[in-house]
Amino acid sequence: MSKFGRKNKGGSPAISTASLPDIVFMLLFFFMVTTTMRTADLKVDNKIPYSTELKKLEKKSLVSYIYVGEPKKQFRALFGTEPRIQLNDQFAKVSDIEQFITSEREAREEAEVPQMTTSIKADAKVKMGIITEIKQALREVNALKINYSTKKQIRK
Amino acid sequence: MPKRESPEVPAGAMADIAFMLLIFFLVATTMDVDSGLARMLPPKVENVPDDTPPIKERNVLIVQINSMNRIAIEGLPIDISQVKEKAKEFIANKAKLENLPEFEIKDIEFFGSVEVSKGVISLQNDNGTTYETYIAVQNELARAYNELREELSKEKFQKDFDELSSDEQDAVRKYYPQKISEAEPRNIGKK
Repeated sequence: MSKFGRKNKGGSPAISTASLPDIVFMLLFFFMVTTTMRTADLKVDNKIPYSTELKKLEKKSLVSYIYVGEPKKQFRALFGTEPRIQLNDQFAKVSDIEQFITSEREAREEAEVPQMTTSIKADAKVKMGIITEIKQALREVNALKINYSTKKQIRK
Repeated sequence: MPKRESPEVPAGAMADIAFMLLIFFLVATTMDVDSGLARMLPPKVENVPDDTPPIKERNVLIVQINSMNRIAIEGLPIDISQVKEKAKEFIANKAKLENLPEFEIKDIEFFGSVEVSKGVISLQNDNGTTYETYIAVQNELARAYNELREELSKEKFQKDFDELSSDEQDAVRKYYPQKISEAEPRNIGKK
């Protein structure tokens, strides 16, 4: 009688799943694009401290990372338990920072060099002695923009 | 042999494959947005004769952290929870006290000519201070500045600092410039 009356009374019709792959692919591409694979294998313990006043690091391509912390368990036999610096994939000394920053700069365009930031990712337990040495080394090569990497702390 | 029309490829399994990939990327994704406290290091000190007049004592707030992770402001021990209040009091100097920083007249957009505090916070730490404490103090000092800026923007523009236009934000930043000096390394309170 009515135009909208049900035509097939018995059983609901199967939902078409033909567009499901499309939806899943969309999600897949989203995650593929947003994924940042960890570039450096961490060889040091790295539990970065918390803070509330943090700012986001802009222009990730212009950031060089310095990791500081105690060597992980499997490296302790070789490198001891004193906090060490890790640049890229290997342990380094403070004197290597100069070389590191120079090579980082060479990899970028000249115009971008002033905007380059050095992110210090140091373990919360590390003493300031080593951090101060790093800071002095960075001043030496005139890499003055730094960022103490921290995690967001939710204040109650 | 006569070829028949090739049968349609079943697309039903496509979703499964896509799901598998999706789950892999879901697991592998680390969405850690890199964030932290941004600071500028002082430029390297060349061996040039220092002509700049020394900063007056009243314009400097000395914050020290010793190797036992204890904090002192102007030589007096203080708890971390009070650092922010102390710093705010010092930076703003609303009562214009004699022993707190001087002001200089500056022209700032939106504000006209205003008195800007000349206060500098000098943060000194020991080689034995833990990084965690250092960051905690840095954070408190940054919080002092941020709260003052927030108060100012509420007062002036009736808006949160984050909601201001970038020009307005710059003006507010100029009103309360963040001056945290990280002193040359030295050993203080070492035992």
